[in-house]
Amino acid sequence: MNEIIGIEHYLVVGAILFVLGVLGIFLNRKNVIVILMAVELILLAVNINFVAFSAFMQDLVGQVFAMLVLTVAAGEAAIGLAILVIYFRGRGTIAVDDVNRMRG
Amino acid sequence: MIQALAFYLFASVVIASAVMVIMARNPVHSVLWLILAFFNAAGLMVLVGAEFIAMLLVIVYVGAVAVLFLFVVMMLDIDFAAMRAGFIRNFPLGILIAAILLAELMLAVGAYGAGGIELGQTDGSAATPVGASNIEAIGALLYGRYILLFEIAGIILLVAMIGAIVLTHREPKPGARGRQDIGKQIARRPEEATVMKQPTVGEGVEL
Repeated sequence: MNEIIGIEHYLVVGAILFVLGVLGIFLNRKNVIVILMAVELILLAVNINFVAFSAFMQDLVGQVFAMLVLTVAAGEAAIGLAILVIYFRGRGTIAVDDVNRMRG
Repeated sequence: MIQALAFYLFASVVIASAVMVIMARNPVHSVLWLILAFFNAAGLMVLVGAEFIAMLLVIVYVGAVAVLFLFVVMMLDIDFAAMRAGFIRNFPLGILIAAILLAELMLAVGAYGAGGIELGQTDGSAATPVGASNIEAIGALLYGRYILLFEIAGIILLVAMIGAIVLTHREPKPGARGRQDIGKQIARRPEEATVMKQPTVGEGVEL
């Protein structure tokens, strides 16, 4: 009874979270904010996988790398939301259907 | 038994709130569900002994990223009802792709569980030393062998910060009140800025 929860349990949770993130991108194609949140979910799934492998294989490098993923996720959210704000200023909407107007 | 209970609790709440993030009508609710998802993912990580990453998740994600999302969602005045126009239309395709991806990932997990693939054994150089806490071990790694990675993370955050400021910074309109012209300010000399007057009593001063 000691080994009830194995690494596979964690991998399944990570896989389901990842797929939910991808599904969120497909379902909310017009709403960039929700798309960004779905990307955060995907990165969370990646982090769960990293931490699970790191813990179950007794190798801390996975956790160090998860920290780097966290850093990149934070930077991505900041830049993405900044782009969203200037896009909204210019157009008054955040519908991504006609983003191709942004071409230089 | 308690660890299985905790795992299934955290895992089911994470998945349920992830579903709510992508399904919620109002993006403010989405952000709140996202916070719940992060909290429970942090619980999952505490469960395997990765306390540092779990606390980082709570501090960075809930404390910074989710609040950033909340600010932006509330700052932008958007008709969110119109945003959901394509929701039903995209639903079948989205579900199809999600099912395919999930099947692939489950295949991978099942194959891993079957143990058919030889994983390289870790050399134990990055294992938690006996008697050291998780955060102690990570600190020793991060400030030792992986110091470069740590500094790169700092550079990434710096670039993101400068990028966000540069993107959203607005130059005030020329001629707007209160606009500061630094060159003009520095070039100003006392001789041209001040005059000595000797007004006679009872008369005003013409400047």
